[in-house]
Amino acid sequence: MESLTLSDVEQKYYSDLFVYCDTDNTKKVASNGRVLDLFRAAQLPSEVVLQITELCGATRLGHFGRSQFYIALKLIAIAQSGLPLRVESLNSVKDLPLPRFVVGKNEAEARHAALYQDSDNQGLYPASATSVIPRPPGRGLQNKKGPPTSTSLPVHEVIQPHGPPVDTQPEATSPVVSPHQSPPTSPLSWRKHKRQHSGGNVDRQQSVPAAGAVWTQFREPQSGPVPGEGMWSSHSPPLPSQESWVSFTADTPPSSTIPAIHPSSVQESTTIRTVASAAMTNEIQRQSSAYDDPWKITEEQRQYYINQFKSIQPDLTGFIPGSAAKEFFTKSKLPILELSHIWELSDFDKDGALTLDEFCAAFHLVVARKNGYDLPEKLPESLMPKLIDLDDSAEVPEPTAEVGYSASPVEVTPNKSPSMPSLNQAWPEMNQSNEDTAIVHPVPIRMTPSKIHMQEMELKRTGSDHNHPTSPLLAKPPELNEETKLTASMKFVAANAVGDGYSSSDSFTSDQEPITRQRSQSGTSPEALKVVAPPPPPPRPHASHSRSSSLDMNRTFAAASAPGQQQQNNAIAFPPAVPPRPLIHFNQFQAFAASEKPTSLPEAKGASGPFAPPPKPVRRRLKSEDELRPEDEQHGPQKSNIIAAVLATQPSIPRSIGKDKKAIQASIRRNKETNTVLARLNSELQQQLKDLLEERISLEVQLEQLRPFSHL
Amino acid sequence: MAVCIAVIAKENYPLYIRSVPTQNELKFHYTVHTSLDVVEEKISAVGKSIGDQRELYLGLLYPTEDYKVYGYVTNSKVKFVIVVDSSNTSLRDNEIRSMFRKLHNSFTDVMCNPFHNPGDQIQSRTFDGIVSGMMVQTA
Repeated sequence: MESLTLSDVEQKYYSDLFVYCDTDNTKKVASNGRVLDLFRAAQLPSEVVLQITELCGATRLGHFGRSQFYIALKLIAIAQSGLPLRVESLNSVKDLPLPRFVVGKNEAEARHAALYQDSDNQGLYPASATSVIPRPPGRGLQNKKGPPTSTSLPVHEVIQPHGPPVDTQPEATSPVVSPHQSPPTSPLSWRKHKRQHSGGNVDRQQSVPAAGAVWTQFREPQSGPVPGEGMWSSHSPPLPSQESWVSFTADTPPSSTIPAIHPSSVQESTTIRTVASAAMTNEIQRQSSAYDDPWKITEEQRQYYINQFKSIQPDLTGFIPGSAAKEFFTKSKLPILELSHIWELSDFDKDGALTLDEFCAAFHLVVARKNGYDLPEKLPESLMPKLIDLDDSAEVPEPTAEVGYSASPVEVTPNKSPSMPSLNQAWPEMNQSNEDTAIVHPVPIRMTPSKIHMQEMELKRTGSDHNHPTSPLLAKPPELNEETKLTASMKFVAANAVGDGYSSSDSFTSDQEPITRQRSQSGTSPEALKVVAPPPPPPRPHASHSRSSSLDMNRTFAAASAPGQQQQNNAIAFPPAVPPRPLIHFNQFQAFAASEKPTSLPEAKGASGPFAPPPKPVRRRLKSEDELRPEDEQHGPQKSNIIAAVLATQPSIPRSIGKDKKAIQASIRRNKETNTVLARLNSELQQQLKDLLEERISLEVQLEQLRPFSHL
Repeated sequence: MAVCIAVIAKENYPLYIRSVPTQNELKFHYTVHTSLDVVEEKISAVGKSIGDQRELYLGLLYPTEDYKVYGYVTNSKVKFVIVVDSSNTSLRDNEIRSMFRKLHNSFTDVMCNPFHNPGDQIQSRTFDGIVSGMMVQTA
């Protein structure tokens, strides 16, 4: 190719660019990836780029060798300054500004160009001004460190313009920077700028002071995570391990470059910000802060995403349905195929809706794609939905409050279908409507790492405790006679067994009190998961229960039939459990009581199984309280047998959950609650015992009084 | 390990078809097309019973000397067809079933994507990945 003479500055700049593009380190760069991005970022029409490629000989060779690359860069600079593309102009043009590569196009860019084209020194800045890609390393070096290194550390844009004033600072930081002699990580700097933009909020024409402030602001969060070089080095493939950029910039902020730069950089930062903002028309584009690290979402970005989320779906714990998300992301003008891929990546639980976390991840990916970054094949870790902790703590208390501890009869929420998509989307409604509704049968819920999901599952799970067999048990009336007392306690257990069958293995988790429930809800998600996972899915299995297909039920039935409880056979689908009496006193267990009632009712309403529509059991309970009371005695002995049988079958209430600490804690909590429940039951039963004893004594006295008469 | 996997829409046009490239792909297209007749026949045969009861997995549709064709139809009449090499005798029915199950799951995921219009060709990379995992690895 024609010989190319480059100035020192150009030489350094180009070599950095080359190294940046030369990911394979083969000293020749294929015409793809970085190179194309670079050329694209040069903001030249594609035919010009093609022409350049051809001119520099890359098309001949099939790849960009170093010289071709340099020629191409120079031609880009020529084209950008408006000169016709000629091979001769390569060497003839004097004082050619360095090629500019921008992320976004705008007039500010031109302004920058003008700003930086006055002198050689500043010739390097056009690139920097445009916020992107390689910072003239030499420049940076000059700025940052006295002795320029050949490989040049990427100079942060901000720093660059302030070469002279900043010289001392660079010296100070040079020792820090020196280890990072790796090629400039332009994408990083690019990203940083973007970040800044996101922080700076789109305002193209920001006032200088504001710009400076933003700049500072931008730097600070950036410096936060950056100190660890290792962090930077763990970039994903698109970002080569070019820590120098990152560390460099990271170092600079703390090391006083900011203050020094602040006054002088204000202007530049303004321009940078404006320049760097991608040429996206909608808000998404404005907030195209590049992802740090490389996919991490900054605070400002996250805030922006959250605001966007709110605009679509005011409830932060809710979901954005697929259609709304589709409209929203279509506005970003990305091709549908890419949007589809982004969706696949970000919809972590595959439910057809986006939670806040998923939405942030999707938005972030859109932003990244807009800035030219290729989409990953798998969701980067930093975008995984579990990162939504920030919102979780805020959001969770609300749902817990809402989830209510429905004291009133619960009705099976229509949402409780086994289908996951509807299930997920039903959660918000469920949470809100939980006060009186929703018998929360444990429903199979797809396990997601999302804490929100976990929390919701937890909520749902604990909500289901209303229905829990144990809850009504607490309501055992004091009037139970001894047997019934005993049976009541056994029933309690039996009820738990039943509860196991249809609610969850965590039988004793039912908390009558909202407080305890809240405790469990604020508990860990694994608890909910655990709770949800083992129990069988709702309606159908329940039905199977009623058909006594479960082993427990079979045994129960067997035990029941042994004493000859035909009446109760059907009903015994539920452990002989609670005589309706207790239910009277403890309204909150109506739901459960309702389910319990069928068992206690010999009328074998249990034909429909315990899972008959809850209102029915409730009604039954209410009206048959009285009838059941006398029946209790009969049921008692029978029930005791059954209860004993059921008790035997009672699966260990704390089912071995010990997978992780959270689960253990959850089970501990559950057990504590169970303990309280049992303690209450115990006290009630004691009371009943006392009453019965009194009764007995009075009867005996009466008998004694009568006996003399009988003898008479 | 399949040599060809195809997803056919309700209207019997292909949504996705992928074969081991070394072989004559047209042959597989033709095979899949002819297997549709068998699928229809099987569906209609069970048509009397309630749709719910209908087995989704159709089993071996028909064998030829070179390969065997298995079919699976969803409740929305989307058909999955897997062509396996006859020489691959180690493939048991269970494995085919699990392959179909995986296909069905990833197909569901594709459908859940709001950017995917039902009736479009399936262009999801995840789906491609899953299918590649099931294809014979030689190609």
